[in-house]
Amino acid sequence: MKTSTLLIRTPEGIVFAQLLAGPVSRFLAWLVDLCCIVVINMIVNLLIGLLAVLNPDFAQGLYMIGFFVIGVGYGIVCEWAMRGQTIGKKAFRLRVVDVEGLRLQFNQIVTRNLLRFVDSLPAFYFVGGLVCWFSPKCQRLGDIAANTIVVRVPKISEPDLDQLLAGKFNSLRQHPHLAARLRQQVSSSEASVALAALVRRDEFDPVARVELFSELASHFHAKVAFPAEATDGVADEQFIRNVVDVIFRGRPKDETKMAT
Amino acid sequence: MIIDLQKFAAAGRPTWTELERWLDRLEDKHRDRMTLDELQRFHRLYERTAADLARIATFSAEPETRRYLENLVARAYGEIHETREKRARIQPLTWFFQTFPQTFRKHARQFYLSVTITLIGCLFGGFAIAYDPGSKSVLLPFEHLQGDPAKRVAKEEAVARDELRGAKTGFSAFLMTHNTQVSVFTLGLGITWGVGTAIMLFYNGIILGAISVDYIHAGQTKFLLGWLLPHGVIEIPAILIAGQAGLVLALAMIGWGTRIPFGARLRKVSGDLMTLIFGVAIMLVWAGLVEAFFSQYHEPILPYELKIGFGVCELILLVLFLSKSGKKGSKFQVPSSGMDKGNLEAQTTRHLERETPN
Repeated sequence: MKTSTLLIRTPEGIVFAQLLAGPVSRFLAWLVDLCCIVVINMIVNLLIGLLAVLNPDFAQGLYMIGFFVIGVGYGIVCEWAMRGQTIGKKAFRLRVVDVEGLRLQFNQIVTRNLLRFVDSLPAFYFVGGLVCWFSPKCQRLGDIAANTIVVRVPKISEPDLDQLLAGKFNSLRQHPHLAARLRQQVSSSEASVALAALVRRDEFDPVARVELFSELASHFHAKVAFPAEATDGVADEQFIRNVVDVIFRGRPKDETKMAT
Repeated sequence: MIIDLQKFAAAGRPTWTELERWLDRLEDKHRDRMTLDELQRFHRLYERTAADLARIATFSAEPETRRYLENLVARAYGEIHETREKRARIQPLTWFFQTFPQTFRKHARQFYLSVTITLIGCLFGGFAIAYDPGSKSVLLPFEHLQGDPAKRVAKEEAVARDELRGAKTGFSAFLMTHNTQVSVFTLGLGITWGVGTAIMLFYNGIILGAISVDYIHAGQTKFLLGWLLPHGVIEIPAILIAGQAGLVLALAMIGWGTRIPFGARLRKVSGDLMTLIFGVAIMLVWAGLVEAFFSQYHEPILPYELKIGFGVCELILLVLFLSKSGKKGSKFQVPSSGMDKGNLEAQTTRHLERETPN
């Protein structure tokens, strides 16, 4: 079954997920790498051009070998030196890793890069892209042979909750048992959507903003039924603020004391 | 389980940051070795971070922190659970005189299969030219080979000056890169369960057989041997070894006669494929030099006996190298080719553990 994440269970029983990179982001990364290869070739040709004044035949030979070596070696050298990344992959936050989560070996890097010759057939990585599209782990042929996958490297940024929620009275906190139930009922993706909506609230058109928060509010109202005094007169956007506050901030100290 | 995220993050952050520093250091310095104390500390940090990940996995509202911890645990897991040998440094001479011929012999059956497929192609090409000389235009892709061999020989032998003067290095580089590309392609097509590799070998055989029969039929055997042997005795075995590598890959894909899982099979041959293809590349560099600087010169510039003798010497040396070099009793110490039995079993067990549903 095709999935966007690969779950790996460690012998300690911990499960971690690797976010698999899709064919489109990989193709874009390859385009950047192609530009890099062209630029490196141009620089090398410029240097070889100086040699051509002394010996044109030798320069011609060097040019051909240089073109071949740069084309094949770029991926190998970059992925080895930059721990599974090329310049293109770094730009798109992608990384080549072992399919079992182990350390990437040099022979895996060589194998996956040599099989580019087959993956790139007939042009623009059509075969590789097609295989990647249908592969459960988004692997091209080179990845299958080398036992590697390309994963997305998450950008770690913690939301600035203090700036978002500072100084606001939260009517939902007046009902700690319901707030606790809300924290239990809400999934991580639902919480992320609510938080993202608040973070990006100023980017929306006014009408779209009202509609979005109205939709979100009705969704969270359905999760846990708070009494009317906690929600009456509270705008949809404010209600979502309160929900995010409850979910992300957990129990304040006085509430914890009450619970114990 | 509901946890106080801020308290949880404040308590865990020093551990996470320290683990991240360790990981950066390990990943930046490939050859860095840790002391026992450092290893114990690193393992403790890994365990604590993994425990934090297990806790936050039950907390719905913090996907970013969970991803951060997953990233840390994934990186540390790769460092801690990696059991494959990590070579300290590259030893080119040991690799060339020992690892390469040993790897070649290890997969001798695939080499014989590669030779057999090529020979079948040779027979097909030879018969096709013998019974239908008109098929030359279809079978032979090179324009200069489509004419009458006798006329070509007469033309080549009439040349008094060096026609490749000022272009030998370029021609040599072209041959090296082109043949290496073909070899890599032949290896890579092993991923098609060997069908593509077999087609490439068969097609190469057809060309070789067709040219040979064409020149022998025209009474130009001596020219043919003098022209092909000096570079062909290295170039043709190189393509055959590339085919061997492709068939090694194909066999790992098919998994015939083994209960090792798919991933472990590919992992097992990965190092051997690299060894074989680098060996092929070196052979093709030599063949390219010989073809451009030696093979293209015929009588009266170079006597055919000399060229044939040179080719035969090369062939004897190559056979001796591939069959004898690096055998037991050699003074060289043998590095493992990427996975010993213990490693394979450990990885197979780990793989099976993951595959087995709880």
